[in-house]
Amino acid sequence: MESLPGIVQTLGVLTNFALLGTTRIGGCIRVLALQGLIIGSLPVFLRSGDLELRVWLLVGANVLLKAVIFPWLLLRLRARTGFMREVEPFVGFVGSILFGLAALAFATWLAGSINAALIGRRFVVLDVAIFLILTGLFLIVTRRKAVMQVLGYVVLENGIFVFGISTVVATPLLVELGVLLDAFVGVFVMGIAAFNINREFADVDIDKLDALRG
Amino acid sequence: MKLLVSWLLPLIAMLAAPLLIGLINRTKALVGGRRGAPLLQPYRDIRKLLARGAVYSDTGTWVPQLGPVANLAGLVLALLVVPLAGVRAPIAFPGDLVVVAGLLGLGRFLTLLAALDTGSSFEGMGASREAYFGALSEPALFLALAALVRVTGELSLSGAYARVDTELWANAFPVLALIAVTFLALELIENSRMPVDDPTTHLELTMIHEVMVLDHSGPDLGFIHYGAALKLWLIGALLIGIAVPVRSGNSWLDLLAGLAGLTLLAVLIGAIESLFARMRLAQTPQFIVAAGAFAAVALVMALR
Repeated sequence: MESLPGIVQTLGVLTNFALLGTTRIGGCIRVLALQGLIIGSLPVFLRSGDLELRVWLLVGANVLLKAVIFPWLLLRLRARTGFMREVEPFVGFVGSILFGLAALAFATWLAGSINAALIGRRFVVLDVAIFLILTGLFLIVTRRKAVMQVLGYVVLENGIFVFGISTVVATPLLVELGVLLDAFVGVFVMGIAAFNINREFADVDIDKLDALRG
Repeated sequence: MKLLVSWLLPLIAMLAAPLLIGLINRTKALVGGRRGAPLLQPYRDIRKLLARGAVYSDTGTWVPQLGPVANLAGLVLALLVVPLAGVRAPIAFPGDLVVVAGLLGLGRFLTLLAALDTGSSFEGMGASREAYFGALSEPALFLALAALVRVTGELSLSGAYARVDTELWANAFPVLALIAVTFLALELIENSRMPVDDPTTHLELTMIHEVMVLDHSGPDLGFIHYGAALKLWLIGALLIGIAVPVRSGNSWLDLLAGLAGLTLLAVLIGAIESLFARMRLAQTPQFIVAAGAFAAVALVMALR
């Protein structure tokens, strides 16, 4: 099956649009888990030939973290901070999807021009990486509830991970696992912070940060 | 022989299109535990309407009389360039896909004008919704067609669809799958089927298409119903051409495969209508834009 990597990448891109268009936080977290599964297992589909233990270890750690642990942490956070159901974006869902389209076009153009500048090896999934990073940033900027910032951060991390596997043939295992650990700690700390903010102010609406005075 | 089947295609479409509506209604009835109307009921409805006289609003000019006729004429013309599965359309030239989209747009525009011209504020509301949703769904159609052109390298519908075979599916699976999903969504959107609009509803606040044709009667309403059946066939044919990649070289066999595909599609639409509730009107634009997103991803994947 020659088009299998293409199918996996397409699914990854579609989960991004699902994240941009989903109105419920619970739904977003489940889509994020799916995206973690797809993106995390991407190295298996991209590398041909025998896979070393290193790749399997990386894939295993990635999928475990992004498809199981992160969603579990986020769902628990959502359950504890009772009233977080709707995403309540600053930019509407139609606007978000339209941004997604523009970002996808931009990512494809950018990846195309970078690839053109390279003489030897082509970056395989560079456009997916750029698209994930842009979507992650967009989610962080335009969503009102603090859980969605954590979610956007994980999408951003997914993008950086894809960027890593697309640009570098052999990143040292230690570096890759270190990045994963960073992401894990990040999500963990942000989760605790959001929970404490919610307990203190009975809300996680980041728009209200504007009213803070030092 | 090929030419004969090609010229038969629009005739079959014009004869059999209302049957699709009958099939959808029958499926819905069966899923709902009823026996349902006979399969030929849409034909009887249209014949009944054609035999009646038309009543025109006093506030209207000639526009409400033009709308249904011009819409139907546009659809019949469009059927002449739309192939079905491996059967080429009788007329094919580079860029004919733009003609199809244009004729669909013209029909929509004239239906809108006719609705506005009757002077009912109610129909203005429906026209406004149709214009909004149409503005969102037409880019989806164009993006899907652009992806199809890109992946097949042909500029005419017949040429492009002739090249969609199992080999192309194996090589460009994501692109074709995304185009097929887009066309399925468009089939539901453009023909006011369930998740978007309810074709049986007469509850004012939720209607989109139905509210625009409230003031049409007699033969005009018959033309509108018949036109709706043709549109269902037309967009269905665009979908089936991709979803049924049978290109045997034998025109009769291809025709049979295409017709079988359309039959299955009608059953599928009936099943979708039975299983899904209508979306809130505020969510509809999201659904249409999502269909556009599928088409855009298809185009991007085809361009890589």
